[in-house]
Amino acid sequence: MARHPQPKVSTFDPAILRAAIRDSFTKLDPRVLYKNPVMFVVAIGAVLTTGFVIRDLVAAPANATPLWFSIAITLWLWFTVIFANFAEAVAEGRGKAQADTLRKMRQETVARRVVPGKDLPEVIPASELRKGDLVVIEANQLIPGDGEIVEGIASVDESAITGESAPVIRESGGDRSSVTGGTKVLSDRIVVKIGADPGESFLDKMIALVEGAARQKTPNEIALHILLVGLTIVFLIATVTLVPLGIYSGVHLTTSMIVALLVCLIPTTIGGLLSAIGIAGMDRLMRKNVIAMSGRAVEAAGDVDVLLLDKTGTITHGNRMASELIPAAGVRIEDLAEAAMLSSLADETPEGRSIVTLVKDKYGIPPREVAGATFEKFTAQTRMSGVDLGDRKIRKGAVDAVRGFVTSLGGTPPADVDAAANKIGDTGGTPLAVSDGNRVLGVIHLKDIVKQGIAERFARFRAMGIRTVMITGDNPRTAKAIAGEAGVDDFLAEATPEAKMNLIKAEQQKGKLVAMTGDGTNDAPALAQADVGVAMNTGTQAAKEAGNMVDLDSDPTKLLEVVEVGKQLLMTRGSLTTFSIANDVAKYFAILPAMFMGVFPQIAPLNIMNLTSSLSAILAAVIFNAIIIIILIPLALRGVKYRPLGAAAILRRSLLIYGAGGLVAPFVGIKLIDMALTAIGAT
Amino acid sequence: MTFNGWVQILVFFAVIVAIAKPAGVYMFRVFEGERQPLPRTLGAAERGLLRLCGLRTPKEQTWVEYTVAMLLFSALGLVVTYLIQRGQGTLPFNPQHFPGVPGPLAFNTAASFTTNTNWQAYVPETTMSYFTQMAGLAWHNFTSAAVGIGVALVIARGVTRRPGPDGSKGVGNFYVDLIRGLVYVLLPICIVVAFVLISQGVIQNLSGYHQLTTLEGGKQVLAMGPVASQEAIKELGTNGGGFFNANSSHPFENPSAVTNFLEMILIFAIPAGLTYMYGRMARDQRQGWVLFGAMSVLFFAGVATTYWAESHANPVTDGLGVAIAQGNMEGKEIRFGIANSALFATVTTDASCGAVNSWHDSFTPLGGMVPLVNIQLGEIVFGGVGAGLYGILIYAVLTVFIAGLMVGRTPEYLGKKIEGREMKYAMFYILVFPLLILGFTGWAAVSSYGTSSLNNAGPHGLTEMLYAFTSGAGNNGSAFAGINANTDWWNVCLGITMLAGRFFMIIPVMALAGAMLNKKTVVPGLGTFPTNGWLFTALLVAVIVIVGALTFFPALSLGPIVEHFQTLHHEVL
Repeated sequence: MARHPQPKVSTFDPAILRAAIRDSFTKLDPRVLYKNPVMFVVAIGAVLTTGFVIRDLVAAPANATPLWFSIAITLWLWFTVIFANFAEAVAEGRGKAQADTLRKMRQETVARRVVPGKDLPEVIPASELRKGDLVVIEANQLIPGDGEIVEGIASVDESAITGESAPVIRESGGDRSSVTGGTKVLSDRIVVKIGADPGESFLDKMIALVEGAARQKTPNEIALHILLVGLTIVFLIATVTLVPLGIYSGVHLTTSMIVALLVCLIPTTIGGLLSAIGIAGMDRLMRKNVIAMSGRAVEAAGDVDVLLLDKTGTITHGNRMASELIPAAGVRIEDLAEAAMLSSLADETPEGRSIVTLVKDKYGIPPREVAGATFEKFTAQTRMSGVDLGDRKIRKGAVDAVRGFVTSLGGTPPADVDAAANKIGDTGGTPLAVSDGNRVLGVIHLKDIVKQGIAERFARFRAMGIRTVMITGDNPRTAKAIAGEAGVDDFLAEATPEAKMNLIKAEQQKGKLVAMTGDGTNDAPALAQADVGVAMNTGTQAAKEAGNMVDLDSDPTKLLEVVEVGKQLLMTRGSLTTFSIANDVAKYFAILPAMFMGVFPQIAPLNIMNLTSSLSAILAAVIFNAIIIIILIPLALRGVKYRPLGAAAILRRSLLIYGAGGLVAPFVGIKLIDMALTAIGAT
Repeated sequence: MTFNGWVQILVFFAVIVAIAKPAGVYMFRVFEGERQPLPRTLGAAERGLLRLCGLRTPKEQTWVEYTVAMLLFSALGLVVTYLIQRGQGTLPFNPQHFPGVPGPLAFNTAASFTTNTNWQAYVPETTMSYFTQMAGLAWHNFTSAAVGIGVALVIARGVTRRPGPDGSKGVGNFYVDLIRGLVYVLLPICIVVAFVLISQGVIQNLSGYHQLTTLEGGKQVLAMGPVASQEAIKELGTNGGGFFNANSSHPFENPSAVTNFLEMILIFAIPAGLTYMYGRMARDQRQGWVLFGAMSVLFFAGVATTYWAESHANPVTDGLGVAIAQGNMEGKEIRFGIANSALFATVTTDASCGAVNSWHDSFTPLGGMVPLVNIQLGEIVFGGVGAGLYGILIYAVLTVFIAGLMVGRTPEYLGKKIEGREMKYAMFYILVFPLLILGFTGWAAVSSYGTSSLNNAGPHGLTEMLYAFTSGAGNNGSAFAGINANTDWWNVCLGITMLAGRFFMIIPVMALAGAMLNKKTVVPGLGTFPTNGWLFTALLVAVIVIVGALTFFPALSLGPIVEHFQTLHHEVL
């Protein structure tokens, strides 16, 4: 399947930037700003210094700092708040750009609602549909809302949502009955039962989430906010009490200096970028065509300990391929090959075609047309398919079915066929017996082909401490063989929905977080129970509602990427928090000597950066504090680079970069800004 | 600094390392074991005391029940001690016929001893009767230490216990922990140590003071009293309240280098052992050693700085011909010298002891800043009895939270998630210190009732005020001296500081323990943030320094740091 990812929105798309700059100012509204306490404190400080600038303009007291300095500090304090708003606005802007595309297709949709007792449906705007309404959709019409097909079968173009151009089949009953509003029926006619009231449809939820409107703080964000607020109060106490201590020591500290010190010490960097990091995490998932129903789910993805992976589609390609022919005793391999080929000529399943291919490639017998052949289709009752050439009945199918068929024709199945079949079963394959008349010729070895590269991927997860469990309906022997080949840590064979559910509960009992994918209605309870449940978009409405994420590409492998995005989100948060706190050391050495040097010139050695003057030192620290937010926006949006390593190795790396880096960077940055300020004479 | 000095410091540390395990194993058996040691003697005493309290079959308490019991017990002790002081004139064992202690001072002293601070705004040998010292103050020396161990046990249980299948388990029983702490740990050791101290020349009597005529013909009053029995618990319980005003520099309290060494060992013995006990409780001994390691790093940083600073004579005396070759001997006893004075000052402020064998006020600015910073870090360098362990566990939780995210998981400590609730309690804990210390110091600095008590102006005076409130909030009790703290304003403000610094920090610790207790425990794996390696030790030290010390850096810059640079310029003595 060719995947067409959604058009990538560039981080610094001019249109987004323009909107973000506008939003940076509208977000100064205190009713919005108070949600970010750290920035709220900065804003209060900025208001205070603005007030003192106005006072100084009118009548400056004798001991006021120079006017240019107060104005510069005030401006940079406002910039600090605006830069933080900008970070959030850019992150939201990227989501909005995607939401706008989605919103466009929701408009102008009309619905044809079935009116009981009338032949013709009435035409109403889609926005008037209510849950439970039945609507009719014909070829080339847009589906007006989310729901389930109750009648008919149709091919549907879901590219608007998934980016996937190939149409998909949707039909009533079974696991492929769900349709999404905004997608287009290409052929046939279906009747859909609407599953959501207006404003609550899948599309509406998606728009709200990517726009950030429905964004709630996640548990970890709340905890981090408490830390940041706590540190802010600590530094508030430390700076405000410096005023009386200064009075005692004969040091006059102006409001702009105190506010400057406070703003530099409180964790503005992480405080300014925190919500941008969260929005960007959702956005990164969105780019992978996964819609998370909450930020909490993304966070949980980072914590996942156990991945439950469906074998079919995730670990193996999902169709078995013929890999070998094993003749019964006394049968020539060519005879077996020809019979296998003839029986599969009309078999359009991937298995059937793989038999024809194997016979051609390995035994040099090309497929040929046979006159007067009657083909026998596979049915669930016979569990065989084949061909009748006059009286000659060639069959292939499940070993016991073929054995029964041969016995019914008076033949005796040879024992070595059973032995060969068991051996195939042991290695994880599926044996198909081939018979010609009342003779069993041998078995075909059908093999589940494990996807390339999947074993390496599981090894990466193992390195991170995540356990992978393969879920399969196969018998334990088969399951074990495939599990060994794919490199999963464990498997659940002969899985029923109940067994799956019990496995999840057992893991959760041990304190593990479990992630899984599913699509069927019978998966819904397990999806709801799992900490991260990724529903396939092709799946039923029930499955989608039970999970906390939907994969629009319906690719079960995506679960692995979801986990990586979750981890990346948490790592970004932690790294920038560490960076922000480590920054304080350098800021102290910039500002404190500057504040006290006037009265105590002896402490000059503490000015280890050798900054030009008190004013340039304080201003440089404030400027650094503001522009570091802008500099780190790309990192916050992109996320820190993720590596599949154990926790200890990741920690060592991150500490070196963000811990040690956070200590050193401001020394360099503040010195450079001070040199620039000195060059323009602002000392 | 001399080789001999360093050898003494290293020998001291080696003994602490050696003590940690046996002390930890013993306390684990006492508090968490199925069977307590010595069932016939100590066990009988425990059962007897429990029966006396009407507790035949003590039940596990929730964190709220435990906290309420602990607060009521402390409040009762506070009131009784206040009343004993007020009425000591009519009470027995008062050979010097001291009158009742004035109200504000009695409140300050009662608060001081209830909170394990032992700040002394009074001169003991001219204020307190033997009865007050024994029944009022020594009672608290024992019980406040036992309460501290109880709080440490609760947070350790909260973090390490795994919820059973039936859900919640309690955090222990306050009365059982209290009585076990007294009966199995504090009393037996103190009885033995008291006899050792007597053998070394520490006095133990109830006689009146002696009037002596000195060789020069002058008159002198020689104070007496039951000193040895109080000296032992003063150090072991990290209390620090001296029987005499001169504290451990007084020859009747601390006569020789041997008693000095023993007293320093006693200060660290229980706190060091508690880290080992914690490792046992965590079922991973390295968890305990990691805490011990972080404490050791900070201990050596402190002692090295003080020893180095005190080994240099005050630069102001350069060229005056009065400097002593060994360094700054002002305020130090000849029999202890610079190394043992620097070590004692570090040890007593690392732990929340507050006993002193030299005057911190007379240290060089940097040498005197180390004790100050030690207390401001939260006294988690081994720390007070119990208080050190629960303090560093709060920092461990903070460290896990700040750095733990970096490994791509929401933070967890010992398999338990650190979430909003836990962070709230941890931040409450962190806030108490700056609020009390900086708030009150700021007030004192700009008010006449604050500054009028100062003996020194300028940065040194600021340090004296900062030290007083730091010592009070940290429940240390050591005095920087140079300040007359026996005024109504200082007595009341320091009393409030001590009570808030004790109980407003204990309550969030208890709440945190309660929040952690019933959390699901995840078995640690490869993806878990490792809290039992050297990297965590380094991180923990970094977080303690950045969160703990940087808060006070502005205030310190105006005090000892400025003074240090001034002495370099020969501007102050």
